[in-house]
Amino acid sequence: MQYLLMIYSANGAAPEYNTPEFGKMMEGYQSMTAEARDNNVFEGGNPLQGTETATTVRIRNGKTEITDGPFAETKEQLGGYYLLNCKDLDEALSYAAKIPTAEFGSIEVRPIWDMTAG
Amino acid sequence: MTEDSTTEIIENIVRGEWGRVLSILASYTGDIGLSEDVMQDAFIAALTHWRTRGIPTSPRAWLLQTARRKAIDRLRRDTNFERKRSEYEILLSLEQQAGMEDMADDADLAIPDERLRLVFTCCHPALSESARIALTLRTLGGLTTPEIARAFLVTEETMAQRLVRAKKKIRATKIPYEVPGPELLPNRLQSVLSVLYLIFNEGYAVTSGSALTRTDLCDEAIRLGHMLTELMPDTSETRGLLALMLLHDARKEGRTDISGAMVPLIEQNRALWDKAQIDEGVRILKSALATGNPGPYQIQAAISAIHAEAKGPEETDWQEIALLYGKLYEFQPSPIVELNAAVAWSYADGPEAGLRALSTLEENKALQQYQPFYAAKADIYRRAGQQENAKNAYKTAISLTTNATEKDFLIKRLTETGLDVQSVIDT
Repeated sequence: MQYLLMIYSANGAAPEYNTPEFGKMMEGYQSMTAEARDNNVFEGGNPLQGTETATTVRIRNGKTEITDGPFAETKEQLGGYYLLNCKDLDEALSYAAKIPTAEFGSIEVRPIWDMTAG
Repeated sequence: MTEDSTTEIIENIVRGEWGRVLSILASYTGDIGLSEDVMQDAFIAALTHWRTRGIPTSPRAWLLQTARRKAIDRLRRDTNFERKRSEYEILLSLEQQAGMEDMADDADLAIPDERLRLVFTCCHPALSESARIALTLRTLGGLTTPEIARAFLVTEETMAQRLVRAKKKIRATKIPYEVPGPELLPNRLQSVLSVLYLIFNEGYAVTSGSALTRTDLCDEAIRLGHMLTELMPDTSETRGLLALMLLHDARKEGRTDISGAMVPLIEQNRALWDKAQIDEGVRILKSALATGNPGPYQIQAAISAIHAEAKGPEETDWQEIALLYGKLYEFQPSPIVELNAAVAWSYADGPEAGLRALSTLEENKALQQYQPFYAAKADIYRRAGQQENAKNAYKTAISLTTNATEKDFLIKRLTETGLDVQSVIDT
């Protein structure tokens, strides 16, 4: 089953660029990604640019409304994602726990709706 | 035999086998919701068949076989069946179990026990706490949805929705149906034990009056505790929890007087305690402690055992209790544990020692609105002869109490101290 691991954190919660902590976080991401690739669960994954680049689309009363910014102004914002193919939720959760941002942000895990099945 | 008593006998047999059979069905189908539905079908079938033809030699094998056939029927009846690959796989797996047909008398021996897998699925941390509790009672305890709803004082509709949502999440997110591997096990076991303890505490917190209409959750939690101990004999905390529940439950008859008023531990009539159950709890606790893996449940059970085995408050080893609370604090560093330790010291070394221990907790924000903190403080002041301080603490404690039985108790206590009760209650 495919799972989307959505990486949320608050602005400024991540270690600052060019600090030893930042290096440690990047190493964590590299090793987590390598592990997912080696185990053939990795389907995709990328960091996203900041929420200041976000545009939200809604259709209301037949009219397309385009607004600047993310869909909700909350403290924690989506910063990146992994798409993994895991045997069950426990496996997906074990990868989620290896994402360095889990230490200061949150990882939301959701199964992908398989549109090809029944 | 009357109609009613036959029904009751059948109900009891089915309930006794419920978790065992459901867990096997879930291992065939991988679908807890479907397994529960066909289990219910098999129960209804048992009510008619067993009444006319008598109870089969192996009710477990009969129920399993019937439920399996009901599952096949249900899947075949599903008109969208052709499109549903996953259902086809379930059907195939069910039909491959045909070897279980025509059970011999000793068929029970051939039926595996899959309940441990079911426990871990039902208590998976990806489910909400209330869903874990409900699902455990429904699938392993065999309680009906209305029974669980009554026990938790919610409507049947709310409880049914809660169960449906939980089963949907298990299915949609593929929560595994298995006992977690060694690296996950300690964590997951904690989740299972806390579900059992929450069920127990829900039952224990109920005072006698309203308890009559509620399913006895304490009995149910103890039953599940026995089951878990049997399935995981090597985990000391599982036995620790079972011992703790048995020891608490053994004292329940002494907790209230005939009018339903609360009686504090040190004033309870110990003749009302269930001696046989205390012995059982102590025996299980000793077997847990012998493994040399202490944990919070074993420590709490040890504290409970000291109370349960003492002839009276004077014969209680309060120093040992205080030290055990200190040990518990290492596992659960909470101000509530410190508060309990302070109370124990007040009995071990006198009220002044208790007040000294309490003074470190005065500034703790977590206790500012915590009724037992003020109730304990009031009692220690009273015993230390500091009436004014006792009065102020009682006043705060009473204002923080919502439980009527407890409020009555505090007011009674206040009256006995000879303080101006009315002025306290009025404010």
